[in-house]
Amino acid sequence: MNDLWIYVAVAAAVLVVGGAVVVARRSRGGPAPSAPAAPVAPAPATIDAPAPVAAPPSFRDRLARARGVFASATTGVLRRSAIDQSTWHDLEEAMLRADLGVKVTTSLLDSLRDRVKRREITDPAALISALRVDMASRLAGADRSLGFDASRGTPNIWLMVGVNGAGKTTSLAKIAAQQIAQGRSVLMAAGDTFRAAAGEQLETWATRTGAAIVRGAEGADPSSVVFDGVQSAAARNIDLVLADTAGRLQTNTNLMDELRKVRRVAEKAAGAVTEVLLVIDATTGQNGLVQARQFAEATQVTGVVLTKLDGSAKGGIVFAIETELGIPVKLVGLGETVADLARFEPEEFVSALFDE
Amino acid sequence: MFESLSDRLGAVVGKLRNRGRLSAADVDEILGEIRTALLEADVNVTVVRNVLARIREKAVGVDVSKALDPAQQVVKIVHAELIGLLGGEALKITYASQPPTVVLMAGLQGSGKTTSAAKLASWFKKQGRQPMLVGADLQRPAAVEQLRVLGSQIGVPVFSAPGDPVETARLGLEEARRLGRNVLVVDTAGRLAIDAEMMDQVRRISETVQPRYTFLVVDAMTGQDAVTVAEAFNATLSIDGVILSKLDGDARGGAALSVKEVIGKPIAFAATGEKLDAFEQFHPDRMAGRILGMGDMLSLIEQAEQVFEKEEAEKTAKKLVSGKFTLDDFLDQLQQLKKMGPVQNVLGMLPGVGAQLKGAEIGDDQVQRTEAIIRSMTPEERENPSIINGSRRTRIAKGSGTQVQDVNRLVKQFGEMQKMMKQFGGRLPPR
Repeated sequence: MNDLWIYVAVAAAVLVVGGAVVVARRSRGGPAPSAPAAPVAPAPATIDAPAPVAAPPSFRDRLARARGVFASATTGVLRRSAIDQSTWHDLEEAMLRADLGVKVTTSLLDSLRDRVKRREITDPAALISALRVDMASRLAGADRSLGFDASRGTPNIWLMVGVNGAGKTTSLAKIAAQQIAQGRSVLMAAGDTFRAAAGEQLETWATRTGAAIVRGAEGADPSSVVFDGVQSAAARNIDLVLADTAGRLQTNTNLMDELRKVRRVAEKAAGAVTEVLLVIDATTGQNGLVQARQFAEATQVTGVVLTKLDGSAKGGIVFAIETELGIPVKLVGLGETVADLARFEPEEFVSALFDE
Repeated sequence: MFESLSDRLGAVVGKLRNRGRLSAADVDEILGEIRTALLEADVNVTVVRNVLARIREKAVGVDVSKALDPAQQVVKIVHAELIGLLGGEALKITYASQPPTVVLMAGLQGSGKTTSAAKLASWFKKQGRQPMLVGADLQRPAAVEQLRVLGSQIGVPVFSAPGDPVETARLGLEEARRLGRNVLVVDTAGRLAIDAEMMDQVRRISETVQPRYTFLVVDAMTGQDAVTVAEAFNATLSIDGVILSKLDGDARGGAALSVKEVIGKPIAFAATGEKLDAFEQFHPDRMAGRILGMGDMLSLIEQAEQVFEKEEAEKTAKKLVSGKFTLDDFLDQLQQLKKMGPVQNVLGMLPGVGAQLKGAEIGDDQVQRTEAIIRSMTPEERENPSIINGSRRTRIAKGSGTQVQDVNRLVKQFGEMQKMMKQFGGRLPPR
């Protein structure tokens, strides 16, 4: 009978699960312990100076540092005089390594196999260029502009959403800097009231970029912070509210509900939500598609910001996100300074995968 | 997290249930499915290739001689392979003879270093050590502030100084010696593996503080790049182990398998929730069982043993199956359950429960509410819930700050549980 305690736990579980249906609310619990925060360390000098917002960096400059996956595969493919089993194998591995995923990879390669069978493609070089064209065409035609429409009210609201650590706050800061450089007035709403010091982080960015900021207490309802931000912006005739939210895993239904509420409440004041930007880390694997699906369902995501693309990760999951969910990638993060945020260019993105 | 992988393997194995033995063609078919499953779980392409080769060898070689049914054979082979892949034994933490024992945290931006640093410090505290945190992430705005807040939540002092991260780390080590703290956890800025300058900086921090353990924090959602990152950090810092973060999501966590296979270092800890105690030592053997859908029974047993008095548990269990289990006993069990960590995590470890819980959120507040309701009952009501009538219900609801429906539900569910447990009792083997 040694294991019987398990049934006791299960028994407890049964009742708790039952009760949970009625009383389920938030799972992050009550307010954070109110221990007084230690004095804030002065911001470091490392990246203190507001970076001049120069022309956004090109993909090539940044991505060139860590390519090679496709490059070495294509070199191998081109070395052989004919298309054979190893050709398909090399291409498949390269595509999988770029996080394109089994489904996208198989569908791209199957259509190429058909064309090889029909003798439309006969040599390795033609195969490679056909693959490049196919990949780029999967990303073609999307509207990647950031939605701003003053006729829908002042302010316009852009909401940043995503899992923990994707880079929401930093991306928000970069967007703020660029929008301010374009002559728009910007207010940051510090809707991440959960993570310790997230508000301080955003405040630092507000100071550096010259944006206004509205903050709530730690543990405050994020909807109310965003609402206050929108009202404050409307009163001061500020064009654009950039609303930060706490990172959350898409599996946490309570927190996803909280996000739905933020989206809803944001439009209760003046103005309209014209962008909901899902921030996805380029290192993310196949879970990225699940993230996009869940966040889109909860908040009507209008675009993806693909961050940390200056690292060795390829960000191939965006193929699945764009083709399966129809959510365009609008921006890419290519470095740590506020200037390192560029418009997503599909052609360049694909070229960069192939080029040496 | 790994459910989908186990689902998939389950489907593959299900197909074989009706066959006699594994032919080479059967093996190929299974391997194809396993390959897709592993790739969709973000296991690195090269690692997948190696694993499949090993499984094929074993699967084809053993089949005809064994009496096991093919399904059992596949499970056994894949299970063994995954255990091997995940690292065999759990990493055993030992301490420096000359304190402090220094632990260095490193990883990409956003992988979860700062939170993991605090969780790790809290873990050391639970082991009876006196940890201190050093905030050497001077890059991300307010990172040090974040660490300070977390430090105050777990009651661990935090040291930081503006300026140069290497110098900050050195001063932190001095401070730890001065204060007699015997474990020092050093948080560093996130950095890209290909950023030579930043990698050199973390190498200098490492040389300065001479860590006993260097942990690479890897996001469970990481894709194919996990291998490149792990190799680069390992080359610079000589990693001792990996902390797998955000394992409470639904990412299948193939990165864990890849990293272990490629740098040969164990997954030391896993972070399984946002709360600061949702952090545990990683058990490769158990994780492999979890991948195969066996539930993480062993982890649960271990955690339970720490808090449940064994005899007490047996007594309660007897009561439960004989139908003499009262709401008082139930309240008692809830207390015990709470000691095991966040309720959702505990329940998630029970086999078969994980999937059913996917939709339901069971926070600790639900447990608290349930407790409040029971505490608002009189001893007679707890002994015999059937006497709870309308006016009693209203009183209990008022007393516990809940709704009458909540009280009703609890009473009803408790009755159902009692019934269910009696049936359990009939099926259990005699002692």
